[in-house]
Amino acid sequence: MTSQDASKKFPRLQMAFRGTPIPTEPGQSVGAALVAAGILGWRSTRKGGRPRGLFCGIGVCFDCLITIDGVPDQRACLIPAADGMRLADDAHDEEDDDVRPA
Amino acid sequence: MSGPHDVAVVGAGPAGLAAAVEAAEAGLAVALIDAAGQPGGQYWRHYDETHPRRDDHVGQHGWQTFTGLRERLHALRDTGRIHYLPGHQVWLITRDETGAFTLQMTGVVTRSERSLVARALILCAGGYDRQLPVPGWDLPGVMAAGGVQALVKGHRTLAGKRAVVAGTGPFLLPVATGLARSGATVAAVVEANDTLGWLRDPFGAVSSPAKGGEAVQYAAAMARRRIPYRTRTAVREILGDRRVEGVRVAKVDRDGRPVGPEREIAADLVAFGWGFTPSLELPLMLGVETRKDVDGSLVVVVDGLQRSSVESVYVAGEGTGVGGAALAVDEGRLSALALAASLRPISLRPTSLGPTTASAEIPRLQRRILRARRFAAAMHRTYPVPRAWTEWLSESTLVCRCEEVSYGELHRAHDDLGAEDPRTLKMLARPGMGWCQGRVCGFATAGIAACLSRRETTSEDLRALSTRSFAAPVALGELAELADDMTSGDATEDLM
Repeated sequence: MTSQDASKKFPRLQMAFRGTPIPTEPGQSVGAALVAAGILGWRSTRKGGRPRGLFCGIGVCFDCLITIDGVPDQRACLIPAADGMRLADDAHDEEDDDVRPA
Repeated sequence: MSGPHDVAVVGAGPAGLAAAVEAAEAGLAVALIDAAGQPGGQYWRHYDETHPRRDDHVGQHGWQTFTGLRERLHALRDTGRIHYLPGHQVWLITRDETGAFTLQMTGVVTRSERSLVARALILCAGGYDRQLPVPGWDLPGVMAAGGVQALVKGHRTLAGKRAVVAGTGPFLLPVATGLARSGATVAAVVEANDTLGWLRDPFGAVSSPAKGGEAVQYAAAMARRRIPYRTRTAVREILGDRRVEGVRVAKVDRDGRPVGPEREIAADLVAFGWGFTPSLELPLMLGVETRKDVDGSLVVVVDGLQRSSVESVYVAGEGTGVGGAALAVDEGRLSALALAASLRPISLRPTSLGPTTASAEIPRLQRRILRARRFAAAMHRTYPVPRAWTEWLSESTLVCRCEEVSYGELHRAHDDLGAEDPRTLKMLARPGMGWCQGRVCGFATAGIAACLSRRETTSEDLRALSTRSFAAPVALGELAELADDMTSGDATEDLM
């Protein structure tokens, strides 16, 4: 299927991760859309400052926690992506990096 | 609050789906609660049904069984015989003096109902990939094999371009072929065991010829796509700085000890699976009897009718022992038929099968379940977690990903502070105390505790890391609501 066919059948949605546009398709999770956009880590651990993203992929491990529209600690693997979602690794980042008009 | 229902079925994967439709068709008032937005569980995970594509079922096994069950579910939901609650997770179950169960629920996204009451439970919560820590396994790009599969099947998303699928067991094969079919290069499947092993248990292997056929299909698909299958090989280390760049693998002996030369394989995705861990939060909360299964997992003890040691609590599917979807469907059906029979004499029940067939169905299912269990045990013996796996760990290897506890810290808690068992280890070094509550590191921590004390893991070790106060994370507001409900109940009593 060409991308033109795809856009006809599936309207492209868009989210923003720290100002970067993240394209997505209806039915994808937030985590899947980030991974598809090449973003594998979106959170840093408290102790080691290590990057984290999807690990179990099915809601068990909580590695993929993300702030969505200002609500912290959402599991990116479970939340369906929606148009206009603002994603950040914590509430502070979202304010700093959000490029969408208020 | 809704109810009282005759039975609440938790989980809409193969076992729960089968249990719910069978129970409803036998005339019971059924509630079916599932965390996912659509039925199928992990096994029949598929893309959003409101945006289907013709090839969505490609690579699915038993898809017609699923679509058949789904049609029955929809029909029963539409006529009000199944109260279906997708997108809900049960986080607490309590029991009152009449024996009725109250299930507290939280929404994955939103919640339409807070709680419901049921007279019996069929718990079918499934399971997830079992993990063993290895140096570098917390790098982004390392995922559970089931998560990689979920991205492919449920989100049409490839987690990487060049993958290594590693661990042990037959499940590595569909993950590898699924990735390849979707356009990824699979650099290698790295299998710790020797797959010829299952011929050593011919009794188990021939007890389920259909499964043998499935294995042959995967082998053919692997060959067609030229996926290298390296047996008696294990990943020693994940390489990379801020994300996966490759793996270092080595030939291992029967117990998993590295014996051969090491080599590096470039990859941007590593999918790990070491068998499965059943989700036992709810059965454990209710105090059921458990045991350590052939594969080393903690499972619920059930009788020949899927009854746990707690009255009116049935368990079906992976929770009674990892055995795959076909077995889970049979166990789900059996639990529903057994429950229905216990509530009403069989001859009076209106069922789709007709009374005579229904009574013949129970022994038939029991025979099939026994056969499938024998096959599962043979598979578990062929693909064990290597006995010497803890020797792969270095002092700095992370064991608990949430609390960032290293193997060295566990080692010191044992050597210096005398932590001999996982419960003490958990108290002193905090593995399993973070967000996932030991779901990911529990099996490994139990294994490490036992190994440090030079003994085998026991079911008590596993239980110490599997028991959780709540079965799902809940917002403080939801806890407060529950507290309010309880207080207002007391207050009303006080006034009367």
